[in-house]
Amino acid sequence: MSPDAPVDTHSDIQHTPLHDLHVSLGGKMVPFAGYSLPIQYPTGIITEHTHTRTDAGLFDVSHMGQAWLRAPGDVATVMERLVPGELQKLGSGRMRYTQLLNDDGCIIDDLMITKFAQDDGSDVLLLVVNGACKDGDFAHIADAVAGDAELELLPDRALMALQGPKAAAALGGLLPDVADMPFMSARKIEYELVDLIVSRCGYTGEDGFEISIPRTPAPVFAQRLLDQPGVAPIGLGARDSLRLEAGLCLYGNDIDTTTTPIEANLTWSIGKRRREEGGFPGAERILNEIANGPGRVLVGLTPEGRAPARNGAVIQSGDGREIGMVTSGSFGPTFGGPVAMGYVEAAASAEGTDVQLMVRGKSLPAKISPLPFVPHNYYRAPAK
Amino acid sequence: MSDVKYSTDHEWVRIEGDIAVVGITDHAQEQLGDVVFIDLPDVGAEMEKGGDAAVVESVKAASDVIAPLTGEVIEVNSALEDDPAKVNADAEGDGWFLKIKMSDTSELDGLMDADAYKAFVESEA
Repeated sequence: MSPDAPVDTHSDIQHTPLHDLHVSLGGKMVPFAGYSLPIQYPTGIITEHTHTRTDAGLFDVSHMGQAWLRAPGDVATVMERLVPGELQKLGSGRMRYTQLLNDDGCIIDDLMITKFAQDDGSDVLLLVVNGACKDGDFAHIADAVAGDAELELLPDRALMALQGPKAAAALGGLLPDVADMPFMSARKIEYELVDLIVSRCGYTGEDGFEISIPRTPAPVFAQRLLDQPGVAPIGLGARDSLRLEAGLCLYGNDIDTTTTPIEANLTWSIGKRRREEGGFPGAERILNEIANGPGRVLVGLTPEGRAPARNGAVIQSGDGREIGMVTSGSFGPTFGGPVAMGYVEAAASAEGTDVQLMVRGKSLPAKISPLPFVPHNYYRAPAK
Repeated sequence: MSDVKYSTDHEWVRIEGDIAVVGITDHAQEQLGDVVFIDLPDVGAEMEKGGDAAVVESVKAASDVIAPLTGEVIEVNSALEDDPAKVNADAEGDGWFLKIKMSDTSELDGLMDADAYKAFVESEA
């Protein structure tokens, strides 16, 4: 976990359905987004990180917010008022990464939206949002869709992620047929009378799945996953180092209510039709930034040597002028050295540019580098 | 038997004449997790008790190491540059940080012995 990740300091820290399992596994529990969650297990962050890249890791992400959105009319059209992602043309059983935007085109939160067709032919959307943002997100969505759609929160469902090259075989040991699920697809699966929602996605850059499951059977299901070959429990620390190496944004660090998706290099997540039609909050600014380029842009940074530069470090050009700031930084165990992301002036953002990162009053030489730092290893269906 | 003392900031100090060898305790390395970088002072730097001595970077965060004694840095453990994980493997041996030539040995009286440090760690838990 980055020390700057959103932490809820409420004294009434909640437990996820997997809390007792974490404790029994020796998890070092810390408050995160209002929940007590393991930052690491006894093997440590680097071992957990590496294990996820070579085998499979099980993450408890039950702090995240899950909700159904239903509408009498087309629910995708209603939700498109709030996000720039293409939802109308999203197929049933398919998912999108998109962002809730404010009227300035800045990011209230980032989220996953999955569409499912119902028996009557209408669609419903499953929303999964960040834990630290969920109360605000759901209030915002409920307010914005009032009268046209209805939000049903799912606080009694746990969410776990199984990530890594052995994830498909491990989950396949319990649920046949998941191995050939396409990347960014989802299925409702009944397992021993328990209704699961399994999606092929994740936050590590590896192949993997997220499994939504009711609270009560969650610990047994998690234990069965841990009993599969190659599966180890992974804490928040490795979750952060894995996502950073994969060049994936952390809400609260790399994206927030002062950054647009274009600045954050998330233009790919805005569909063609949405770029033509607009019709989402802040569309004027977003479309202008797509056409003319943003003033600043999120880049990868690789410091020379071994010293990491962390959130808040000032980025200077070679001639000592301040050109931006680091938003996430740590040591990349698979990359084998320090890695960071930060915003720099667009004019100074070319890959290979030499910059200085100001760390503890010293300037640390670094280069602007391509993202991700470690290549993505998502599942690709075999060619037919 | 060597004389080892401990600070409330979780450093250990091994006294060798008027030289103090300084590192972080095994308890401290366990709390920090995997150490990935150590920012050591320059040889010749003057340390003041309670001031910054070094910075330990773990995967998750940077943590200050507080000087337990006043004096001049006469040696740093440069082996940690290439292998910072030595601190996790052997915090109170090979993972030493620096050697200080003490300017005021009476400061040692303010440090704890092994039993007192053990009790201190338990009281913090």
